[in-house]
Amino acid sequence: MSNNINGMTATEYIIAQHANRSRVKPGEIVNVSVDLCMSNDATTLLTDKIMKQQMNTRKVWDSSRVVIIIDHQVPADSVDTSSVQQQMAQFVDDQGIDKFHMTDGVCHQVMLEKYVYPGALILGADSHTCSYGSIGSVSSGIGSTDLAAIWASGETWLKVPETVRFILNGKLSPDVSAKDVALHIINLVRANGLTYKAMELAGPGIQSLTVPQRFTICNMAVEAGAKSTMVIPDQSVIEFFQELERPFNNLDLIENLQATQNSPCHSEIQIDLNALMPQIACPHYVDNVRPLSEVQGLNIDQAFLGSCTNGRIEDLREGAQLLKGKKIAPHMRFLVTPASVRVYKQALQENLIPIFLDAGAIVNHPGCSTCWGAHQGILASGQRMVTTGNRNFKGRAGSPESEIYLASPAVVVASAIKGELTHPKEVR
Amino acid sequence: MAVAWKFGDNIDTDQIIPSQYLVLPTIKDMAKHTMEPQNPEFSQTFKQGDIIVGEVNFGCGSSREQAPLVLKELGVRVIIAMDFARIFFRNCINNGILPIEHSCAKEISDKDILSVDLAKGEIINQTQNKTWQFNKIEGYLADILDAGGLAAYIASKKGS
Repeated sequence: MSNNINGMTATEYIIAQHANRSRVKPGEIVNVSVDLCMSNDATTLLTDKIMKQQMNTRKVWDSSRVVIIIDHQVPADSVDTSSVQQQMAQFVDDQGIDKFHMTDGVCHQVMLEKYVYPGALILGADSHTCSYGSIGSVSSGIGSTDLAAIWASGETWLKVPETVRFILNGKLSPDVSAKDVALHIINLVRANGLTYKAMELAGPGIQSLTVPQRFTICNMAVEAGAKSTMVIPDQSVIEFFQELERPFNNLDLIENLQATQNSPCHSEIQIDLNALMPQIACPHYVDNVRPLSEVQGLNIDQAFLGSCTNGRIEDLREGAQLLKGKKIAPHMRFLVTPASVRVYKQALQENLIPIFLDAGAIVNHPGCSTCWGAHQGILASGQRMVTTGNRNFKGRAGSPESEIYLASPAVVVASAIKGELTHPKEVR
Repeated sequence: MAVAWKFGDNIDTDQIIPSQYLVLPTIKDMAKHTMEPQNPEFSQTFKQGDIIVGEVNFGCGSSREQAPLVLKELGVRVIIAMDFARIFFRNCINNGILPIEHSCAKEISDKDILSVDLAKGEIINQTQNKTWQFNKIEGYLADILDAGGLAAYIASKKGS
């Protein structure tokens, strides 16, 4: 079979396929068909209103391609929230949408487990939709008006992004994680360094990163402004889908995507995984990244292990391993929120949950939890949280006078044990 | 004649409309909390037609379209910044708000008196007695802006 990649990057190749073109170039604006679109309880009702009232459209174009996920406030915590979720349930009934999840977890984790696949073009009314490049989709976050237009037509326009290729070399050291890679990249390019661009992770080091680790890095690409992400799917992606019991069999596509790996791109940035140390993003900007060593010892009041960035079973295992047989610090509030029910059940099977509970943690039902900030574990003025989440904006988790620090699961758990920002090696 | 409301780098969508207000029933209700973490008085003192000026990466963070919508509700028609986050930029266009990317954003101070001439592509700072040219948005995006946003544009196409 011919690999007709025409010098395109993997991102360009997938966009071209959805634009019915043999070739697209960065900067071009093309009309694309959308394979899947997603929205959640922060964005669905506004989209519904725009589609019906402003676009004069009653029905979505294809109910089998519309995914609706309640994850930001699970379970509903106020009359207003409950009313939002009640109207969403009515909406999916009216539209005949069966890809509807009320309690299954954070939208991006549910999408990963149930729906996304290599080569797909997926848009979602949530900024972290860029995560699915980790398995070889082109995916991006959009607003409600854009989503309403897709609901009405199944299509949208996209500007083909330039690809910035990050060449990963070497291997992560113990106590250094994918989260540290993400924070390092954001620090390197700054919060707007990848605006309008596609972030491609490549190089020999990518093979040492598991699919969930790749997901963590791709998830945070939007914090550098990226439009989408890409890791060219390899054997580990094929195995990942086999484990999920929804095998991906289009090996021709994978071969074509593999053939794009040396295609010309906007720029290449080398990352030495061997040299990386634990990183931490300090208030109130995600690119305010410092080596953990510079802020070690700072007192904290709350720790959070969870989110679409770091709420997977590998993250819970890492946390439980550090925590086993220990207690969290006095007066510490430590919230653990698995990213999905699937992850939660796996953690129960592996007996991880009792480790968290015995240590004094609060284990929540899967959802966005504290990471979204308007729900569980709200911070008072002057309080400090260390979190595996993805944003530390001013007031993101409560009072504008509180502070949020972003770090890896190991740093969060070590800090929960000591009550201050702590290197994991100190509690091993 | 408009007053500049100057903000700094990386004004994220949680600053524009904090998460906890997104469940309020209407945009009007949410708009009372616009920019609250930055300036709790903002929604009461901002006058229709005043101009928001940010610096780097304005509108970063969430995809929530409530962010441009609360600004629009208060009467924002133009935002000037060094650069904009991608989703917010697109959401602005889709709601008929003009995002102007211009390095003059650094020079503009809070409460400067500005006027923007859309036809000429000029930003005039009367306080500092300076005029800057900006690249007007053209083509498809200009059509959307002229219609007042994407929904109105689609509706007008349906009618024609």
